[in-house]
Amino acid sequence: MNGSWNEARRAARADGDYQALVERIPYARFLGIRATRHDGGLRTCLPFRESLVGNPRRRAWHGGVTAAFMENTALLQLLLQLDEDRMPKSIDFAIDYLLPGRPDDLHADCTVSRLGSRVAQAMIRCWQSDPGRPIAIARGHFLLSSSA
Amino acid sequence: MDTSSFIASLRERYLELSPHMSECGLEIAHLSTDSATLVLPSREDWLGDAESGRFNPGVITMLVDNTAGLAVIARAGRREPIATLDLRMDYLRPAFIGTPVSCRAQCIRMTRSIAFAHAVIWQDDEHTPIATAQGVFMRSGARQQQAAGA
Repeated sequence: MNGSWNEARRAARADGDYQALVERIPYARFLGIRATRHDGGLRTCLPFRESLVGNPRRRAWHGGVTAAFMENTALLQLLLQLDEDRMPKSIDFAIDYLLPGRPDDLHADCTVSRLGSRVAQAMIRCWQSDPGRPIAIARGHFLLSSSA
Repeated sequence: MDTSSFIASLRERYLELSPHMSECGLEIAHLSTDSATLVLPSREDWLGDAESGRFNPGVITMLVDNTAGLAVIARAGRREPIATLDLRMDYLRPAFIGTPVSCRAQCIRMTRSIAFAHAVIWQDDEHTPIATAQGVFMRSGARQQQAAGA
């Protein structure tokens, strides 16, 4: 089955078909994450839908969903950037919420700040209309497959 | 409303208040002013990838946010708006699809504006957790209640 990650990665790198990676992550597909190439890098989007609302009175995004979206953005970035033959394992994850999530799409990108032989550290930023005004920032550590 | 009837009504209404919690099939296994336990059923939709059979970490974080939020409201003793300030997860062991995931959260300290919560997440055995978590919440209603003289 390892070949399938490589195949999806090849499609992503060669044709910019980043969605091929999302399709292999059932929970990312369930949430409805879309992945596209933007300025040569990965950018993800989670289109707003009523069933992802945490608080119907304010129609605010469910904070747990925002976190899950960002966590999966990091996984997608690692799968795209590295040659992992399996899903990186989450070690820890921390999110700071900066602004309430309005009923509008979420966007995110991710930077791998440290890449060791066993562990990667990733920073994720999530915004709505303005990338310079994030609604949440997060970071996580991930165990890479070479270190089984 | 006294404490026990507040807890009873919270238990009845918390999940249906949030479209996403209903969609995910969350259930309240325990609720008191001291702690809350939510159970997430196992579904193929929660898979991180098809090969390993592991839960995606994001769905565990989602479960924790809900459980900790519920524990904070239960501790507050009245329905009040809260906002998550931060959440931190430590993934201690893999969680495998096929068994539900439980999360027990406790509000360990509450001030007029802020609530601190701890959570433990497990599948078969509470004493062999798959994850632990900490969250901090802002009690958004505190200021208005103060202004209103509450």
